[in-house]
Amino acid sequence: MSKSIKDMGWDELVQGAALFSFEGEVDYEMSQVQPEDRDYAETNSRNAYVGDWRVEKPVFNKDFCIDCQFCWIYCPDTSIIARDKKMIGVDMDHCKGCGICVEVCPTNPKSLLMFNENTDNEEALTQWPEKSEEKGE
Amino acid sequence: MSGNKVIKNLKSFSTAAERFEGSHVLCPGCAHSIIVREILNATNDNLVVSASTGCLEVCTAIYPHTSWDCSWIHIGFENSSTAVAGAEAMNKALRKKGRIGSDVPEPKFVAFGGDGATFDIGFQWLSGCFERGHDMMYVCLDNEVYANTGGQRSSATPIGASATTSPAGSTSYGEKQNKKDIIQIMAAHGSPYVAQVAPNKWKDMIKKIHRGFDTKGPVYINAMSACTTEWKFAPHETIEVSDLATDSLVFPLYEIIDGTELNITYRPKNIVPVRDYLGAQPRFKHLFKPEYEYLIKEWQERVDAYWEYLQRREEARV
Ligand SMILES: Cc1ncc(C[n+]2csc(CCOP(=O)(O)OP(=O)(O)O)c2C)c(N)n1
Ligand code: SF4
Ligand code: SF4
Ligand code: SF4
Ligand SMILES: [Mg+2]
Repeated sequence: MSKSIKDMGWDELVQGAALFSFEGEVDYEMSQVQPEDRDYAETNSRNAYVGDWRVEKPVFNKDFCIDCQFCWIYCPDTSIIARDKKMIGVDMDHCKGCGICVEVCPTNPKSLLMFNENTDNEEALTQWPEKSEEKGE
Repeated sequence: MSGNKVIKNLKSFSTAAERFEGSHVLCPGCAHSIIVREILNATNDNLVVSASTGCLEVCTAIYPHTSWDCSWIHIGFENSSTAVAGAEAMNKALRKKGRIGSDVPEPKFVAFGGDGATFDIGFQWLSGCFERGHDMMYVCLDNEVYANTGGQRSSATPIGASATTSPAGSTSYGEKQNKKDIIQIMAAHGSPYVAQVAPNKWKDMIKKIHRGFDTKGPVYINAMSACTTEWKFAPHETIEVSDLATDSLVFPLYEIIDGTELNITYRPKNIVPVRDYLGAQPRFKHLFKPEYEYLIKEWQERVDAYWEYLQRREEARV
């Protein structure tokens, strides 16, 4: 096959198609190398974008975050970025705005809140609620 | 660095280098991908994974993209089990012949299938794999419905759920058949390890996945997968609904070792009424009409009786 897979239409595919996750040979242990140090192929969905699915987006306020990682484990879209046991932000290319991370965040006030997709993040931070009297979790 | 990842707490777990990528097209809030991430992140070993046709497979391999950072194969609806069993058998044979060197670390073999693929259409293939004793882990993503084709009932759909082929309406309360007890069926195959897991109870889940990876032979994992689209709750409620499922004991968490030794692995501090679990999901909303109240009562009785049965089995060690 001389054509690259990305130039082929669906009707040009042969039966049984292979999609590549990485460029070239992988000579490292995948479980030991973080995504930023991997050489992804164009055919890896990491290179695709679903940010336009969102109506609302999660905004992260690190001032209240206790790095519990509940948001990390329950995100269905691999969009909570955790490095060295710290929550460092949301991957807006892959986040679909489901709101699970906000729901499971245990701090009071929450360290993640949903805002309209068009709200500016800095603006959102100025609108952060105070600690509420109702019990957190 | 092969073997199970050492996971002391959620912070240490979060250092895992992810092998399941975003921009798959599962619904926002879908539990399938929460389950897959927990499993893939639990091990450092290389993985050979298969998936049956269904939401997980369709949504993670949309041409020209794949979301899997490991070897992954899809053949048909019915045979994720045999696809991975074949790879496992080949691995064994090539090692015997010396074509794969002993210096190459052993990968883990994992097959994923929905409840439709597992309880119904792929059942004989799955049964065959367990009878032949392949060294693999089969994970059923149990959302109690054929979600990917629009919500037809499967033999995992519970009584009273409204599905497109068992709709609730003026003359029907929805699904009439009780859910098939797949866990007992898989244990009866003599599987060395069978367990029910739920992604909201991640610690219990990881413990079982680790045990599954450490077990030689065919392991069956039934993973509760709350489906926002077909159970009809809002996407942000996935973990909340999952908590209601485990804490009402509708999805009790337990394991069966070597077909007989049953251990309950999660005992809710406060058992919530089944009514609360049903009430959180519009697929059951018609049950709250006065004429169907008796069904909610029956639901509670069934769940109580099964919990009683599990406790007796646990005590008797048979
Ligand atoms: C042999 C065969 N029959 C029917 C189908 C159509 N089909 C594709 S996905 C699907 C539903 C899958 O349901 P389930 O296994 O429960 O997985 P879910 O989508 O719910 O995760 C069906 C019926 C098929 N692909 N192959
Ligand atoms: S909104 Fe949903 S997809 Fe986005 S980061 Fe939170 S949990 Fe992940
Ligand atoms: S759930 Fe909240 S507190 Fe915990 S790591 Fe995420 S943002 Fe921080
Ligand atoms: S229909 Fe259900 S199982 Fe399928 S992608 Fe949507 S939430 Fe997930
Ligand atoms: Mg299903």
